[in-house]
Amino acid sequence: MGFVPNTDEDRQEMLKAIGVSSFEELISDIPPEIRLKEDLKLPEPLSEYEVLKELQTISEKNLDLNHAISFLGGGAYDHFVPSAVLTIISRSEFYTAYTPYQAEVSQGTLQAIYEYQTMICRLTGMDVANASMYDGGSALAEAVLLALGHTGRNEVVIAGPVNPNYLTVIRTYTHPRRADVKLTRFDSGVCDIDDLKSKVTDKTACVVVQQPNFFGNIENVFEIEKITHNVGALFIVAIDPISLGLLVSPGEYGADVVVGEGQSLGIPLSFGGPYLGIFAVKEFLIRKIPGRLAGITIDRDGERGFALTLQTREQHIRREKATSNICTNQSLMMLAATVYMALMGKQGLKEVATLCLQKSHYLAEEISKINGFKLKYNQPFFKEFVVQTPVPVSKIKEKLQPKKILPGIDLSKFDGYGDGLLIAVTEKRTKKEIDLFVEELKNLA
Amino acid sequence: MQFPENLKYTKEHEWIKIEDDSIGVVGITDYAQSELGDIVYVDLPTIGKTVKQLESFGTIEAVKAVSDLFSPVSGEIIEVNEKLKDSPDLINKDPYGEGWIIKIRLKDLSELNNLLSAEDYRKLIGK
Repeated sequence: MGFVPNTDEDRQEMLKAIGVSSFEELISDIPPEIRLKEDLKLPEPLSEYEVLKELQTISEKNLDLNHAISFLGGGAYDHFVPSAVLTIISRSEFYTAYTPYQAEVSQGTLQAIYEYQTMICRLTGMDVANASMYDGGSALAEAVLLALGHTGRNEVVIAGPVNPNYLTVIRTYTHPRRADVKLTRFDSGVCDIDDLKSKVTDKTACVVVQQPNFFGNIENVFEIEKITHNVGALFIVAIDPISLGLLVSPGEYGADVVVGEGQSLGIPLSFGGPYLGIFAVKEFLIRKIPGRLAGITIDRDGERGFALTLQTREQHIRREKATSNICTNQSLMMLAATVYMALMGKQGLKEVATLCLQKSHYLAEEISKINGFKLKYNQPFFKEFVVQTPVPVSKIKEKLQPKKILPGIDLSKFDGYGDGLLIAVTEKRTKKEIDLFVEELKNLA
Repeated sequence: MQFPENLKYTKEHEWIKIEDDSIGVVGITDYAQSELGDIVYVDLPTIGKTVKQLESFGTIEAVKAVSDLFSPVSGEIIEVNEKLKDSPDLINKDPYGEGWIIKIRLKDLSELNNLLSAEDYRKLIGK
């Protein structure tokens, strides 16, 4: 890089201004024994082309999903992203690091937000969705904060296995309020209902459930809803939006707040972000919802227009009493999700969900036929499941990664989640890829 | 601008009217509603809640501002004006009548001595 925009003349001038005669004099306080006497041992300078070539060679050491078969999930999934998504979000009107919210100059952006909110409401069965948040974890933590504020209670009950990363974010967000986060047992891979009943009391601000849960299993949300509302707590459901192509929407089973990771909706995996936090509530919580909300209105000429609305919830007006300190949204990723949902439609989303369901069940069936491998839980699941393996998961990863197969997540790295291999199967996996994975596992058994 | 003589006022622009059995009716003043502008929402407390004198019992929301509502006295909230849920603008139209906000059972009548008279309140706001 060697690009220092100072000439020798500039340097002389600066040295003169601070009253030293040379650079050596400037650093004379540094003891000679710790000074480097010779030049840095760097390779010879390269041309731009040579540097590009070298960096490319290094980057090829990455195992990316254009070249690997991924069964990784746990909140970030290898779903197909139609080309139209990138084409549309890359338009210069949208492609900006800053989201312009001023109604005077941003009708397109605001309309996109409004349409996103509408689609999320339809998908989740809720009344109001915000303009999005950073990711699934922060959306869930904000939902918990909302519940603490709304109920004036201090306990949070986590029903069943919720993504451990989300739990970490909940703990971070609720720590200053000294909220008490209680976990429940999930020995059978779903929430232990009796244990939940014993932990939900009139001190409970909210019950949080993930549907499908972190293991991919389907929770008995109907029962959990009853237990929650019996004590007047809020019912928070963290969803996988793709699963709503098939599952009953949370609005229908009494969720008060629905959150979720929106990465599955047309957003590439990248290196773990930027992702998209989905956040929707029932109408009675509209003044408690965090973040931006776009609304529809009429301008002075009677024309339809879009504007941010209900802003008195927000920090720039309500100061310390704001419902949240988020004053932004994840606009570009939100737009990607909007384009994705518009392209897919109700039917397309159902087809994606059905393919995930069928392919994951095919793989689960084939794996359980292999000697020594078995499904850890006997529960209905959507696109993810846990396998007990005859060899340590770390060993499986070690053997399969060089063959460009990413077998899944090693559960033993999370405290309290047991062990096993968490496998996700999206619509992208072909029968050939699935069979290849099974063959490789057979070789290990 | 009207400031009825039979009411007591807070520096935070609430009024209280004492009815028999030490029940107080609470609202915001004509001055407060005109400063806030069009009121779009009132966050009412739950009935049965107890408050201390000058403690916040709710919020009032205008188009571009939100203010806390402070209770002129300590006591138990025994009624809220349900009409405000659909018509918060009653506060703009009739701040001392239809636009009342809560009814409160006073815990200590002597607290009324800490409040302002109509004349004091007028002086405070310079009207």
